[in-house]
Amino acid sequence: MPQFPEKKRFNEHIKNAKGLGSAHHGVEHWMMQKITAIANFPLVMWLIYSIVKLQGASYTEFVTWQAQPLNAILMILLVISVSYHARLGAQVITEDYISCKCLRMAKIIGQKLFFFALAAAIIFSILKIAFGG
Amino acid sequence: MSTPETTQKRPLSPHLQVYRLPLTALMSISHRATGAALAIGTLLVLSFFLAAAAGEETYDIAMRCATSTLGQITLFLWSAALYFHMCNGIRHMIWDTGRLLEKGTAMKANYVVIAAAIILTASTWYCALNY
Repeated sequence: MPQFPEKKRFNEHIKNAKGLGSAHHGVEHWMMQKITAIANFPLVMWLIYSIVKLQGASYTEFVTWQAQPLNAILMILLVISVSYHARLGAQVITEDYISCKCLRMAKIIGQKLFFFALAAAIIFSILKIAFGG
Repeated sequence: MSTPETTQKRPLSPHLQVYRLPLTALMSISHRATGAALAIGTLLVLSFFLAAAAGEETYDIAMRCATSTLGQITLFLWSAALYFHMCNGIRHMIWDTGRLLEKGTAMKANYVVIAAAIILTASTWYCALNY
């Protein structure tokens, strides 16, 4: 944040002490939501194509498909992008509807951890299958 | 004097309980609703990998769930929500550039989004059922 020593800045210190006002993270949130949305578009179209192609596939067929590097890489990218996008959306919904500050913070942190943990578990599963179970 | 002098209808503030939401507003809340549903749904679809990584038996159970009637209905709703969220998301991107924001064009874009979502869902399921 640029400093303007020549200007008197009222409320600055009490605002900082109480942790009120903009956290200046809004632009990053918005930008990441858009970037993951752009990434989600081709990845999700490919996911739907893959699901249609693999419907009713046997275990061997599925593992053979998943072990191909391109499929494994695209799937990992999809998990990262989708879980990030979902986490940002969940945060906005929480911020809008949960008015209790403590509960809101707890829920946002919980969602963050949940989506990271789930993404880690799915990525591990993809790698496990790709590297031969 | 308890009866009001004017019988003319006063305008009501657009509060949710007394206001019929226009289509654009319904689309807006549907975008959020489908987004929330997809956060669960997409990760549910992707947790198929957890089942596959656990071994052949769990894979077979997951595949049987996915191809069951309930599984197919869930997948259908997931795909419909996904296509709606995707098409409306593209419109959000266009909105971010300052276009399509006028009342008339926004209303027309509603129908384009709904039609595109229906066409995409229908053609996906046509392919899936005839593959």
